[in-house]
Order: sequence, then structure tokens, then C-alpha cells
Amino acid sequence: MPVTAPPAPATPAPSAGAPVAGEPPFDLDGAWSLHPQVALRPESFGALAYHFGTRRLSFLKSPALHALVDSLADHATAREACAAAGVPAAQLPSYQRALATLVASDMIVPREPA
Amino acid sequence: MTVIDAPKPVGTLVDRFQEGLDAPICLTWELTYACNLACVHCLSSSGRRDPRELSTDECKAVIDELQRMQVFYVNIGGGEPTVRKDFWELVDYATAHQVGVKFSTNGSRIDADVARRIAASDYVDVQISLDGATAEVNDHVRGAGSFATAIAAMGHLKDAGFAGFKLSVVCTRQNIGQLDDFKAIADEYGAQLRLTRLRPSGRGADVWDELHPLPEQQRALYHWLLAHGEDVLTGDSFFHLAAFGESLPGLNLCGAGRVVCLIDPVGDVYACPFAIHDSFLAGNVRSPGGFTTVWRESDLFLELRSPQTGGACNSCAHFDSCRGGCMAAKFFTGLPLDGPDPECVLGHGEQLLAARGDTVPPKPSLDHSKKKPRRLLERRPSTITLPVVQSVPDRACDESPLAGLERTPV
Repeated sequence: MPVTAPPAPATPAPSAGAPVAGEPPFDLDGAWSLHPQVALRPESFGALAYHFGTRRLSFLKSPALHALVDSLADHATAREACAAAGVPAAQLPSYQRALATLVASDMIVPREPA
Repeated sequence: MTVIDAPKPVGTLVDRFQEGLDAPICLTWELTYACNLACVHCLSSSGRRDPRELSTDECKAVIDELQRMQVFYVNIGGGEPTVRKDFWELVDYATAHQVGVKFSTNGSRIDADVARRIAASDYVDVQISLDGATAEVNDHVRGAGSFATAIAAMGHLKDAGFAGFKLSVVCTRQNIGQLDDFKAIADEYGAQLRLTRLRPSGRGADVWDELHPLPEQQRALYHWLLAHGEDVLTGDSFFHLAAFGESLPGLNLCGAGRVVCLIDPVGDVYACPFAIHDSFLAGNVRSPGGFTTVWRESDLFLELRSPQTGGACNSCAHFDSCRGGCMAAKFFTGLPLDGPDPECVLGHGEQLLAARGDTVPPKPSLDHSKKKPRRLLERRPSTITLPVVQSVPDRACDESPLAGLERTPV
């Protein structure tokens, strides 16, 4: 399967493209990690994320977002992880919204400071 | 299911799925054709165990493959999967290898002990089948006593503290009026309601004319599903209803051979659970290369992942939303695969059905029914010679459908 770069992330959208409303902003300066019950599977479009606890499936629709989510635990803050993953500053807000959506579905969780 | 970070309408992602993935998102695995019920609409024509069914070791080898492919979970069904004496051994093996299990059952083996065992695992989910919100409606298709059995099983799951198990309903002409009642039953037992579409697959072909929802019932179902959103699961099986207007929650595409497939009890891999026919047989897990090679390289699956044409539907304004509907529903009603679904909400399918004349729709290649399937109504006499269905060797199962299978204490 060819691996191509998908368009830059913009608005996070739950299934059927409905707009997201009412989610708290994601704290980029907090420490985060993948929920221990979540498995990531790389795909050409990004990744599939499956939560064994909630039995919910999510699609991470860009390889960059996959890399970011996968590396959250390796960085002191999400902002650092974004920088390490090469997220351009101009796209930071859209990644922030995507991360907020993942928090809402319990895919990523706050990490106690080391 | 949630799509994170879709920069454009979900269409882009759907296009990726149409091209297929390196591994299925989830798959259905029917562990046995044996069943203690004989539902008139059984999609796999189950009843008697097939002596060629995969052994315990062969099943474990499949699970090893699923783990390597990172298939997150399997939907285990049958037949009645819990009658396999190694059922719990396989469930434990799967969950120990990062493959979650959701299994479908009629509830007959879900006693208090089993319910506690299921409730104790984060990686096992269960789906109780019920096709009527009253014994009268349910037992008409699933058999006498099956309503009480399912309700008892749900009671055990509730008592064991298992919140969120699934109550799975096949929508029929007789139960569409009971949707609120099903929801009330699910709520009472702490279950999540799952509604799926009746397909003319397996024995379902024999009763489809009498059971499939009428056009006005389809519209009622559509509005009911819209009103309940993601609270009610559908297995994405009603995407043909999207032509009414709005898309329903879910992927809204046929995932056959692209993101889903079926492994049947003898290891045959079909494009989807509703397509048990040689035309949709991609290979067998026992062949060299196993399931992985069948999934990634079989001619059938590669063909399904190539661009499809809408055929007669191409000129329809709604094609982008319903995508021509369900392949299996078309096939088993004798309609062309590149035309409208038999239940096309615009009525195009009905016209084609009426125009079939004496054409006999294809029959499943295998039939494990215990006896001549019960008919709901007397069928019209027919002079048409039906195609010969391959009979299954049943020496091991002559005396009892559960021959060779015994209850394993939990």
C-alpha cells in the first residue's frame, strides 16, 4: 500500500464529520501518555487506535499525529512532543484540538510528573 | 467509532478503506456450525458441527497470526460458539495475546458462573441475540423458549456487574415496532442495544420475503436510529438507509474484504459474514501463508479493493451516500452486484426484484441445517429445480448436533 502524506490536519471531526463542541482545551504544557489499555496500529493514512477498556476505535488521520501520540510519554510536555514530531507552529492549534478529542475518548491520559 | 483529525469530509478516509488495509479492522470468526437453536433466518445455515472444523491448535495458530497483524479484536460467533469444548481456552488464549474477544451467543450457556467470569475480564465482551422484545415475536424466529433463555442470561450478566454488554437484534418486519421496547430491555439490564440488518443469507434467504422490513418501516427505523445516534450500535449495517438523507453514525461503506472478513469454522475466509458462498471465498487459513496471505494477496480481496463501479446506480444522486448498499443482499436475492440494493429506499431494488421473473437466486454453497428449515409460511409450489447444495459430511454429528462437544466447567 503506498504511503502518502495526507493533507494537513485541520478540524478534528468525530464520525460522520459532525463538529466538535464543548470539549475543554488541551493542555499543551501538561505531561501526557497513551492510556495503558490503548493499542496503536500504523496505517498508511496514520494509525488505528483501539481502547480495550471502552472498546472504542479511533482513526488518527495523519502519520504525524500518530508519531506525536506515540511519543507523548517520552516528553516532559505535549508541546515538546509536538516540536520533536516536527509539528509546524501554525498547525499547533489543530493538533491541540485533535489531542483534546483523544482526551475526551480517554485514548490519552494525564501523566504524573516524573 | 471516532475519526480524529479528518481535515476533509470522511470521504477521504473511506477512500482509503475502499483500497483495503494490511489487516482487517475487525473480523468475524465463526468457531462452529453446531447450534442448539435453529433460527429460521440463520445467516450461516448452522445446526450441525462440521467434522472439518479447525482444531484447538489450528485456532491458536490463527490467533497468533491475528496478534502479529495487530487485529485488535475478533467477533466470535457460530453456530453457538460456546458449545465448543475449547471455547474458554481459546478466549483466554486470544486475550493473553492482545486479541480482544466479543462473542455472540443465544445465552444458553451464560449461567451465573460464566457471567462472573466474563465480567472479570476487560478484554471479553458478549453479545446476546434477541429478535423480539416479547417471547411471541422472538420465539417465532428463534424457537420456543429462546426469549426466556436470553433474558435469563442477561439477568446473570447484570447480577455479575457486567455493564455495557450488547443486546443484539436483527431488525425484522415483526419487531421494527418494538424498537423502544428493545431499548427499554437493554437499559433495564445495563446493556447496549445493537441493531443489525436482516440479510437474505443462509437460511435468511428462505424467509427474507416475509421478514424484511417494509418500506415505511425502513423509514421509521432510519428516524429512530438518527434520534438515538451513537447510543445504539448498528455494526454500520444500515448504510443503505443513508439515501433517505443524513448519514447514520459509522463508516457508511461496505467493508467486505477491505476492512472486515469472515473466517468460518472450517477455516474458509469469506469477504463478509453474510457472504458464505463460493463466489466470495478468498481462501483458507490452512493454506500456505495462512490467513495473512489470504487477506493480503487473494485475487478476490484484491478485486474488491479495486475501484468499483456503481453500475445502474451511477446516475443516482444518492450513490455517494448509500454506495449501492449491501453486496450480500444483492447477491442472495439474485440482483446484479453493481446495481441497487433490494431494499433501496428509493424503490429501485423492488423494481428489479419484480423483474427477476423465474430467476432462482444463488443458494449458499454449504448448509449445516439439522433438518429441512422451518418455514414461516407455506411457500408457493414451484416447478423450478433448485441447485444442488453440497452436503456436509456429518458422521460425527448424526446423533446430536453437539456430538463431540461438551460443556467445559468454568
